[in-house]
Amino acid sequence: MSGDPWFVRRQLGLGWRPATWQGWMITAIAVAVVVVTLVLFRIHKSPIGIVVVVAILGVYAAIAAMMSRRPALAAAGQSDSTAPEPHLPQSGAAAAAPERALAPVAPQQARPVIDRPAQRRGTLALEVAHLTKRFGDRIAFQDVSFTVGAGEVFGFLGPNGAGKTTTVRTLGTLIAPTAGSAIVAGFPLLPGNSQAIRQRIAIMPEAPGLYLRLSVRENLEYFAGLFSVENPRARIGEALEAVNMQSRSEDPCGSLSKGLRQRVGVARALLSDPDILFLDEPTSGLDPVATRDVNDLIEGLRRRGATVFLTTHRLEEAERLCDRVAILNTTLRMVGRPDELRAQLFSRSLVVRTAAPLPAADAVFGSVSGIQSWHADSASGYVLTVSDPKTVAPALTRALVAADADVESIAEVQHSLEDVYLELINEDVEARGR
Amino acid sequence: MSFSVRRTRAVLVKELRDFRRNRFIIGTMVVLPLLFLIVPIADLFRTAAPRVLDAQVGTSLLLLLIAPVVVPATIASYSVVGEREQGTLEPVLTTPVRREELLVGKAFAALLPSVAIGYVLFAVVVTAVRFGANQVVVDAVWQAPNFLAQALFVPLLAAWSIWVGIAISTRSSDVRVAQQLGTLASLPPLGIVALMTYQVITPSITIAIILAAILASADILGWRFVGVLFDRERLITGHKPTRA
Repeated sequence: MSGDPWFVRRQLGLGWRPATWQGWMITAIAVAVVVVTLVLFRIHKSPIGIVVVVAILGVYAAIAAMMSRRPALAAAGQSDSTAPEPHLPQSGAAAAAPERALAPVAPQQARPVIDRPAQRRGTLALEVAHLTKRFGDRIAFQDVSFTVGAGEVFGFLGPNGAGKTTTVRTLGTLIAPTAGSAIVAGFPLLPGNSQAIRQRIAIMPEAPGLYLRLSVRENLEYFAGLFSVENPRARIGEALEAVNMQSRSEDPCGSLSKGLRQRVGVARALLSDPDILFLDEPTSGLDPVATRDVNDLIEGLRRRGATVFLTTHRLEEAERLCDRVAILNTTLRMVGRPDELRAQLFSRSLVVRTAAPLPAADAVFGSVSGIQSWHADSASGYVLTVSDPKTVAPALTRALVAADADVESIAEVQHSLEDVYLELINEDVEARGR
Repeated sequence: MSFSVRRTRAVLVKELRDFRRNRFIIGTMVVLPLLFLIVPIADLFRTAAPRVLDAQVGTSLLLLLIAPVVVPATIASYSVVGEREQGTLEPVLTTPVRREELLVGKAFAALLPSVAIGYVLFAVVVTAVRFGANQVVVDAVWQAPNFLAQALFVPLLAAWSIWVGIAISTRSSDVRVAQQLGTLASLPPLGIVALMTYQVITPSITIAIILAAILASADILGWRFVGVLFDRERLITGHKPTRA
């Protein structure tokens, strides 16, 4: 259908004229009803005929007036071609977004399922500034700011109730922020841009929400229609292939295991070749094998250059899959690469194990430059806080040998993302307890 | 972006596919119309006294109008709250589909089978009467105004019932409550038809057309009203939207 309304106002201002076949049909029906009414009343000779004819014309005028006002259709958060100019992103695929927004109902071009050119990396897919959402007095999240680069897999971590899902829903235009701003896939997060944003993103909620009575293919056909995907048959085939579900395409979704349903959910999210893919706890409730399958899919998306916004509280998953992570606990606690977060939060340390306790540990450790402090963690185990483990370790080894110590091991302490997470969350718990 | 026929058609096709495999909806579409079919046929096959013949025919034809009110009310009441309970509403709302497209698609999916059921019921009754009932009854039933009334009121009553059902469905949190309320709330327009049937309002083509025009206007207003009620944030979170 064209972008025209069903009726358009005449240029001189009065009246309307049909602009599409639907408008002509309504006009034809109105004319037919008026003619039939006039004929019937001519037979019955009733004066009420005039009233009825006027009523019919009134209904017709009301329909025409409503259908000729495009802003009326675009009310309350739906976008139209008069939507505000999108924010200009830096370059790459996101830069193409504003052009698409200016076109009426821009259908997706037939593109391979998530196959981003490498040069997209480095541009911004998502910019969030001081975003806040409150439900009455309850704060879902507050003053959240971060950016996500195109082609990046961004982990969004936090305990239950931290506001992760609400953040995804807000960025996905399902709910309106209370304060702050964001640019999603090149469009400012404003009510007028919501449809344009939704055209360029895909969200897979925690539960994939499939129609269990419909087959896998029917589910995908529905969403291909909702996204106005060009050449849907081919796209569905590609999406099914991407998640290795071709052989189950005719099975009802109700007959699939939870892991397979998640795969269908991912296939559905890939259908429209989104600029940003939001995956909300995609492995929640899955067994280890299904979890590995879903993680492999995400890994595959990353290799293809997809921008993925992954919310999870599986820390090992985030550490393995994500380029950067953010830790949210109503407010954003930290953002960065996992190794950066570790470095920011924990001092670097070495653990020394000896066969017997050192008789003069203070003298040995004090003689090595770069050791900032130390403490014993067992009878013959010592934890040393150091400036740089790589330079301190050789000097420390020499000092221990010189002191005649039987060294069993010298190792750098490895902090996991879990340690970072627990440290931050515990800080919050302690702060609230005070 | 303008109203997309393609997205609306996608909703319509999905709904019809889902109905076809939903035993509850199929049951509603089969059992209720059968009830409303048996009673009028049994009634019209009795030979009535001439003084009550009009009332007898009117009552029977009124019963036929209950099916296109009750059937779509049941389906429409399920349409939003049912999806919310299944967890399928959120993924749909994350797509570019506009609420008008979603609502029109859902409404048409309920309207098409309801109107088909209404017309088939009427066709079965008048055919059965034509070949089996007393000639006096045949003459009373086979009147052009009866055909016009059915042709007009079946889709209009069904459409009213659908908008009422969807309106209740958007604000309900339980499917069964929505279906009960939807059915009850869609019955009032039938009262006017009942008043005509029992000749409290003298039935005439004029009155029928006026009522049809009023009902058509109510249907359009119903669509607009439901559009206002249908808020993504409220549907997803259950909270009233709080925009900056």
